[in-house]
Amino acid sequence: MKLVIGIVRPEKANDVLEALYRADVRGVSMSRVQGHGGELERVETYRGTTVKMGLSEKVRFEIAVSDDFVDPTVGALQTGGQTGDVGDGKIFVVPLEQAVRIRTGETDKGAVTPVEK
Amino acid sequence: MTTLAQEVAIDTGDTAWMFVATALVLLMTPALGLFYAGLVRSKNTLNTFMMCIAAIAVALVTWAAVGYSLAFSEGGDLIGSLDYAFLNDVGFAPREGQTIPHLLFFAFQATFCIITTALIAGAVVERMRFSAFLVFATLWSIVVYSVLAYWGFGSGWLISGGTLDFAGGIAVEMASGFSALAAALVVGARKDYGRQALLPHNAVYVLVGAGLLWFGWFGFNGGSGFNTGQNSTLAFTNTLLTPACALITWFALDLIRGRTVTAIGAATAIIVGCVLITPAGGFIAPGWAMALGFAGALPCYALIAYRPRTRVDETLDVLAAHGLAGFTGILFIGFFASEAWNGISDGAFYGNFDQLVDQVLAAVAVPAYAFIATFILLKVIGAIMPLRVTEQEEAIGMDVTQHGEEAYVTGEGAILVTTEAGVDEKVPVAQP
Repeated sequence: MKLVIGIVRPEKANDVLEALYRADVRGVSMSRVQGHGGELERVETYRGTTVKMGLSEKVRFEIAVSDDFVDPTVGALQTGGQTGDVGDGKIFVVPLEQAVRIRTGETDKGAVTPVEK
Repeated sequence: MTTLAQEVAIDTGDTAWMFVATALVLLMTPALGLFYAGLVRSKNTLNTFMMCIAAIAVALVTWAAVGYSLAFSEGGDLIGSLDYAFLNDVGFAPREGQTIPHLLFFAFQATFCIITTALIAGAVVERMRFSAFLVFATLWSIVVYSVLAYWGFGSGWLISGGTLDFAGGIAVEMASGFSALAAALVVGARKDYGRQALLPHNAVYVLVGAGLLWFGWFGFNGGSGFNTGQNSTLAFTNTLLTPACALITWFALDLIRGRTVTAIGAATAIIVGCVLITPAGGFIAPGWAMALGFAGALPCYALIAYRPRTRVDETLDVLAAHGLAGFTGILFIGFFASEAWNGISDGAFYGNFDQLVDQVLAAVAVPAYAFIATFILLKVIGAIMPLRVTEQEEAIGMDVTQHGEEAYVTGEGAILVTTEAGVDEKVPVAQP
């Protein structure tokens, strides 16, 4: 059981969601974050004030999956999030100690496996 | 010639009203910017607004240089002359049959050229290069607007032939609507159109924009009699009645279609209602103006519901809200114009079928000219410079790539660049 964290460009968020859906990954959280990943800063000017924008808008996906689903999830994040330029983001896979589904009290693998309809 | 016309006295009341009306119509362009900006995604807010601001800049200059002259000097059937180019001979003495200074008439008409040019931006937002839009707006304001203004307002073949158009169903509404369709076809759809939901980012902007547009429209329609007489009073009051009726139709259709009344739908209905009454304002009885609002909103609603199912990304529905509504208003005059109210002519409903023929002529010729001329104009510009930004720039957003600004900037992580402090002036710029 792993927690897969993917940080991608906001304009690629829809492509990632689509790729995750195709990979049969359900249960996703996403949030807007600001980050810096080595890309060149863009310069903006507001009247007399010129600034380098050090942080860019990014979207952070958090997906808890059972071990079988780690590779498809990482694959979906990568194919969906890639443009080929610096600043496409990162994927982190971290071990997950416990997961509980609040509605039923199921734990661990049962909690991160989608409900069969 | 006009110089031989006997001195007509300036009427101070008329002149005072036209000062106000001119300022009201100018307000409509930033209001349109707000309306459009709310309808696009947040990353394109400033670019969309700026297209409207840019129209003020370029269209006013072309109007003063040659546009006004081509539209309002004496000429042939199709276009005026260059007699008034660079405001030559445009002074304080009124034009023939008017009671306001010629210079004020020029200023009032200038604001019409500006708003019309700005309207077309709605078809190409979120992907057209800003510099290409500037070139397009400059040329369009002359090639299309001035010509159609001559036909509808000046002394061209439509107005001389008896076509009635009170405040610009020809030069403003049909011209912008059908030009917008051509522009959307030449520039092409946004890259995510039809694949992703591309939603309005701020419905409150849309409502405030629509409210300010309606406010400005009292100058637009109420000022188009160039006086404070009966036709102006009629147009002013009809501008109140028709949009209200269009709103009620829109509410009903929204309820039938989606079981809720939508706010953005309401904002759209206000625009549609104002456009419907634009050509007809000073010519039809208030009762018919209300009927126009109720009935005229139907085709516009249908087109707005249908258009997103096509591959034509006419993004902000200028064709439906302006082109089709203007078309409907122009034809409506042909049926329900009433001499008892306008003192000029009856429509077919009152037995005068000739008026209907005159109106049909305008409703066919003007869309055809606007569409074809804009199509060719954009093809020519497109052969010289790219009309669109790259797909990557489109993905990042027009505000950052076209203007180097963001509408909702946070300032977090922003580092001051000050050359005095010794920081290299040539800071690395993100390569899109």
